[in-house]
Amino acid sequence: MNIQDYFSLVLNDYTLRTITLGTAILGAVTGMLGSFAVLRKQSLLGDAISHAALPGIAIAFLLTGVKDSYVLLLGALISGLIGTFWIRSIITKTHLKSDTALGLILSVFFGFGMLLLTFIQKQPNANQAGLDKYLFGQAATLVESDVILLSCVTGICLLVMLLFWKEFKILLFDEDFTKTIGFNTKTIDILITSFIVLAIVLGLQTVGVVLMSAMLLAPAAAARQWTNSLSTMVILAAVFGAFSGVFGTAISASQNNLATGPVIVIVASIFVLISFIFSPYRGLLFRQIRFIKNRRDLKLHKTLAFMYHIAENHENISHPHTVKILNNFHGYTRGTLQKLVDKNYVSLDGQMWSLTEEGFKTAANLYSQQSKKDE
Amino acid sequence: MNKKIAVQVDDLTVAYNYKPVLWDIDLEIPEGVLMAIVGPNGAGKSTLIKSILGILKPIAGSVSVYGKPYKKQRHLVAYVPQKGSVDWDFPTTALDVVMMGTYGSLGWIKRPGQKEKKLALEALEKVGMLAFKNRQISQLSGGQQQRIFLARALVQNAAIYFMDEPFQGVDATTEIAIINILKELRKAGKTVIVVHHDLQTVPEYFDWVTFLNVKKIATGPVKDIFNDDNLTKTYGINYKVSIQE
Repeated sequence: MNIQDYFSLVLNDYTLRTITLGTAILGAVTGMLGSFAVLRKQSLLGDAISHAALPGIAIAFLLTGVKDSYVLLLGALISGLIGTFWIRSIITKTHLKSDTALGLILSVFFGFGMLLLTFIQKQPNANQAGLDKYLFGQAATLVESDVILLSCVTGICLLVMLLFWKEFKILLFDEDFTKTIGFNTKTIDILITSFIVLAIVLGLQTVGVVLMSAMLLAPAAAARQWTNSLSTMVILAAVFGAFSGVFGTAISASQNNLATGPVIVIVASIFVLISFIFSPYRGLLFRQIRFIKNRRDLKLHKTLAFMYHIAENHENISHPHTVKILNNFHGYTRGTLQKLVDKNYVSLDGQMWSLTEEGFKTAANLYSQQSKKDE
Repeated sequence: MNKKIAVQVDDLTVAYNYKPVLWDIDLEIPEGVLMAIVGPNGAGKSTLIKSILGILKPIAGSVSVYGKPYKKQRHLVAYVPQKGSVDWDFPTTALDVVMMGTYGSLGWIKRPGQKEKKLALEALEKVGMLAFKNRQISQLSGGQQQRIFLARALVQNAAIYFMDEPFQGVDATTEIAIINILKELRKAGKTVIVVHHDLQTVPEYFDWVTFLNVKKIATGPVKDIFNDDNLTKTYGINYKVSIQE
């Protein structure tokens, strides 16, 4: 099956449609919430939460003995929340920095989860096979009820975000100020974090514990490159996330069922890479181009300024001078002279040059413009 | 002088890990003064402001604003944090940041509308930043960012203004612009409290001063208490004593 086959199949094939819808919605909601995590500089929180969810899955299975995905995800949710809560208390109650707290909880919970998983595998219960799919996820297990659940959570999340947009924004930008104007920052914080935990837990089935944080960060990091507005960033991150989901599923379905989660994450990273290089303001490519252009302009302006100083000593500003004079000026080349002629700042007559009216004015303004910029 | 007390601080003590940062501060700030808080690094100047405003939790003490607990009087107080306390790469515009000054009076959920936008534009005009209203905040210079923060506080239309080092890292032009606005605020009967570093400019800019070094050293009118004695008590290591020992 190639990619075109896939896209015609999506419309007809029920299973494929369900999976694609599921990954798209998951990508959108994690992208949206990821913007908040990235701007709060809590990028690693998602990683810690997803790893912290693993023991919850194992314990839920041990307690109930069933492999129903809702039961397991409820377990993941509870242990994810406990992990988050512990991270917070470590940061506020000890002198450890947040990266230490995150790393500590991440590895302790993940280690405990792995331990429980191997313990479960030794059990004589035939039902135990397949719990380890939560490590890397398995999109193929998505069914319609999962998609409905995902849509509901996304809907609620959107609603809450629209209602508390102002509060979210100000908390992200300036927490201290937010406190002084009477908002309970803890409430806003808990609201944002709970949604992040919820989105992560819902993604475990598809993308898995290990890669889940990439779903949170990659679309947001890509989106940040393209815009300077928070709302555009959130929308873009959702779009990037959704597309990663769709393309990831398409590629994985058309290439011998490559593991969907990792493919989605790779597609999302390609979005990041493209954004880092090609975005117009922050991208590496355009920054380099601007740098080179600025350097050229500067050379040109310097030459023009040198000519201006010669010309201003004469009554007639267009009094011709010999080109040889310019050789005294360090930054002068034939090329810059030609460019100045092209721009109609200078007219060239054999070995003599003279400033035009326009060139004189531009040169005179070079300095005053400079001082204006410094204000 | 029979002035009303704008801010009253009683027995305020703040500690990080046993070590007191502020020790038993009693402070009365009369209405309508332009007051500098001065003291060496680590004296607790920012901490004092932050604990008055409830950003930090003191281990003891109370703060009242116009005779009532601070929590009930938040709408009377505006705050200008240190410029470096936020990430200026945040995706938003100058106007948007100034609008944040209206969020407090709007309360939960309600969105800012035309009225709030008008207030924000007026404040931008007052600090001379109207031309930059749609500028992404990361593209503003340090002085311009400071003016944006000042404009955000002006929008709050408070009675009392707390400012944490508003002159830090700004050029002379901006410093004069800011101090003129502060003097205007005082003229309008507002109380302005400024954490300040440059001792040279204290007599020129301020009419009231508090010397702070973990404990309160002195507080009062600049012309009465801004003298060598208090400066030595606040900043000076007493060299003579250490030589004698």
